[in-house]
Amino acid sequence: MNFETIVGLEVHVELKTETKIFSPAPAHFGAEPNMNIHVTDLAYPGTLPTMNKRAIDFGMKASMALNCEIAPVMNFDRKHYFYPDNPKAFQISQDKRPVGSNGWIEIEVEGKKKKIRIERVHLEEDAGKLTHAEGGYSLVDLNRQGTPLIEIVTEADIRSPEEAYAFLEKLKAIIQYTGVSDVRMEEGSLRCDANISIRPFGQKEFGTKTELKNLNSFNFVRRGIANEVERQEKVLLSGGKIVQETRRYDEATGQTVLMRVKGSANDYRFINEPDLSEIHIDQEWMDRVRAEIPELPDARKARYVQELDLPEYDAHVLTLTKEMSDFFDATVKAGADAKLASNWLMGEVSAYLNAEQKELHETALTPEGLASMIKLISDGTISSKIAKKVFKELIENGGDAAEIVKAKGLVQISDEGTLRAVITEILDANEQSIEDYKNGKDRAVGFLVGQVMKATKGQANPPLVNKLLLEEINKR
Amino acid sequence: MTLFSKTATELQQLLHNREVSVKEITEDAFSRIADVEGNVQAFLTVTEQEAKAQADQLDNVPLEQRGPLFGLPIGIKDNIITKGTKTTCGSKMLEDFVPVYDATVVERVKNAGMVSLGKLNMDEFAMGSTTEHSAFQVTRNPWNLDYVPGGSSGGSAAAVASGEALFSLGTDTGGSVRQPAAFCGVVGMKPTYGRVSRYGLVAFASSLDQIGPLTRNVEDNAMLLSAIAGNDQHDFSSSSKEVSDYRKALTGDIKGLKVAVPKEFLGQGVDEAVKASVREALQVLESLGAVIEEVDLPHAKYGAPSYYVIACGEASSNLARFDGIRYGYRPEGVKNLEELYFRSRSEGFGPEVKKRILYGTYALSANQYEEVYVKAQKVRSLISQDFADLFQKYDVIVGPTSATTAYKLGETIFDPLTLYANDILTVPVNLAGVPAISVPCGASEGLPIGLQIIGDHFDEGLLYKVAHAFEQATDFKAGTPLVGEGQNR
Repeated sequence: MNFETIVGLEVHVELKTETKIFSPAPAHFGAEPNMNIHVTDLAYPGTLPTMNKRAIDFGMKASMALNCEIAPVMNFDRKHYFYPDNPKAFQISQDKRPVGSNGWIEIEVEGKKKKIRIERVHLEEDAGKLTHAEGGYSLVDLNRQGTPLIEIVTEADIRSPEEAYAFLEKLKAIIQYTGVSDVRMEEGSLRCDANISIRPFGQKEFGTKTELKNLNSFNFVRRGIANEVERQEKVLLSGGKIVQETRRYDEATGQTVLMRVKGSANDYRFINEPDLSEIHIDQEWMDRVRAEIPELPDARKARYVQELDLPEYDAHVLTLTKEMSDFFDATVKAGADAKLASNWLMGEVSAYLNAEQKELHETALTPEGLASMIKLISDGTISSKIAKKVFKELIENGGDAAEIVKAKGLVQISDEGTLRAVITEILDANEQSIEDYKNGKDRAVGFLVGQVMKATKGQANPPLVNKLLLEEINKR
Repeated sequence: MTLFSKTATELQQLLHNREVSVKEITEDAFSRIADVEGNVQAFLTVTEQEAKAQADQLDNVPLEQRGPLFGLPIGIKDNIITKGTKTTCGSKMLEDFVPVYDATVVERVKNAGMVSLGKLNMDEFAMGSTTEHSAFQVTRNPWNLDYVPGGSSGGSAAAVASGEALFSLGTDTGGSVRQPAAFCGVVGMKPTYGRVSRYGLVAFASSLDQIGPLTRNVEDNAMLLSAIAGNDQHDFSSSSKEVSDYRKALTGDIKGLKVAVPKEFLGQGVDEAVKASVREALQVLESLGAVIEEVDLPHAKYGAPSYYVIACGEASSNLARFDGIRYGYRPEGVKNLEELYFRSRSEGFGPEVKKRILYGTYALSANQYEEVYVKAQKVRSLISQDFADLFQKYDVIVGPTSATTAYKLGETIFDPLTLYANDILTVPVNLAGVPAISVPCGASEGLPIGLQIIGDHFDEGLLYKVAHAFEQATDFKAGTPLVGEGQNR
């Protein structure tokens, strides 16, 4: 029997505000435990939540970028559960009236475009952190308590692990473009749970779903879903039943492991948060936030294809991160040929970043520097080969390509007289190669060109060398 | 010198003329406390040393830098957070809890130069109407020590009535300022929801709680509310509406005032003596030029059940934080987290609090939510609408504050009609978020009766004007009972 995979994702994204969502404590990381806290974060008796408007702005911004409708009136709700990392014993979240709803993003898998609908985007606060220490004690650190989050919930529109991967990649790009979050999974500023079920093709009803947690990278999401689907298929094919449960992806074994059965559903006893009255979002507020949203990846991609004649693939890769895309735009603006700029960014630059485990802003390379180099290539001042040397200098120490070329004497030799003299010398020393060429061994030319390049320390203009070399051989 | 029975304005005059010092006023207050506290037992904590040190400092402040409340003594209900001073909420759960910050109202009374005398007894977490639910002591009604002072702000009312404190702060979630004010023969104001910051008030029911002043006369009350009211950035629900000097409203002129008297307020279950006293009060208002009309408050009868659902629901949420982990009662020798939760809460909370937490948790549980909680919210809107409709046509709504005078200590009210009548009188005001004041309007068998005047949102000025006009026209100005000398009025 053939099964169809049904996946819905719940993605938590941490918002990069200065202060916490409901208290004036700083929201940044890295402080000593329990230093970034206010009495409100301790749920000290008598304290009340305050409202960080910036967090609402950010929630709206993300929602708008995900094509959501913005609630004209929203409110917060209390979600109750006891746990030491949750000092009030309730989390302030949004239940009935989330900031954003009915959105979508478009993904592309194997050349096919598809919209994944987003059910809702809601604002909430993060919990603290528990560390289980020796002697049976647990230590509570409330620095993270109250950090603003948005939870993005998709409809069950995802039909394969690859679609889930593409969705997350796209979501990450969009959120990152809006600037409301760093969206780094490794730092916990993006977290993802997956609801997974399968059903026989053609069946209308959804199967029983399981929730998959502990997915610490996009690749683990992809593998975790694939493994869970496989597990569910085995269960069904062997006549078993899927149980509604929460499972964990084990990175070491690549398997999903049972965490808990969801038998008695949690009753969170949601109530409207009485300490935060309704928040009305008027047109002016919406306009102000909308104006802060920059050009998003899809729009950029389209522009690259239509206006700059880049291939779809280039446009896709360049727009995956805002940093790369901004860099590309600035490089083109500084006078570089768009396709060459794209080639360099996707090729040498990316290779360098991967090898060094760095990000663009951590290198010395500037768009102006890269553009200056590309211009020298375009006008024939340097060869691609020389350019690689210049590039190394640019990305490690920065500067202007023309000056590097000048200082290091890397200008391409395109003077025919100079080149003929070198060529004559090489030919004199390699009679055998001339002989081979005349006997039909074309490869011999390559060898001779190499010798010329070597003699000129790579600075000879390669097409010119080729042309002159053939002329000189034929004279003999 | 007995300064404790003077009014704020009188004391201010004496201070201004340098006939008394803040130190003398403060010492006089503590000597009064020493005399009567053994009988009244209004205070859970007395901060005599701090108060006297503060008084010494205040005496050095030049006259021109002093406001109207400068140097005057105040007691604070023990569910209002005071930095460095134990704040117990009348509960074993917080028996040794010494907060690290001041409530906004505490900051404001300090800024006004008031001297805090200490913390006042209350029903545990403000749940109750006799102050007998305090985990620590039983406060007595200064007019007759065999009777309760009312509650939950029983300590606040008794301290003011007995002359221990000139001013006190109480809190009102369903009548907890007004009812004890009525029982103890003092003036108690429940301001509009959002008028006074709740920051630092240990929450019982967040959508209903308000802090309000208790005093022996209307003018003093108006002065204190002017000092504590107003927007607070720590409280999102606090209104940014400007606060006026409420004393300016005390003109005595209520000619043409349109007064509504809901039939439901003088119905079955209301004591005949209370009814008679309120009817007399209405005649007084009429004689001052007010126009009285009987009206309906059609949904008031659903007020009590919806109040209990909402108040207990919110309480179950607000009190969930008392888990033994960060502060408060923590049992010895627990083996795991579940036991820590279980024993902290089982041993730290008293029976009334536990009952309400259980009821509230049940009301919010998924299978009851629509049927119980959502319905209660609907009733709440209907009651708010009732009030809004009445305030289209009338300036104030008047009735008794309580269906009866104070109960005897240990006496449980079983009469459903009385319970029902009591709830109908005070609870709808909190559900609608409107302000109401209780002002003494008579006595029965030596126990005071209170007149309740309800106003539209942010109409505190008008309430003070009416209460003051009434007070000036009658003899019911709260005197100071000779507590413990066997004499009752």
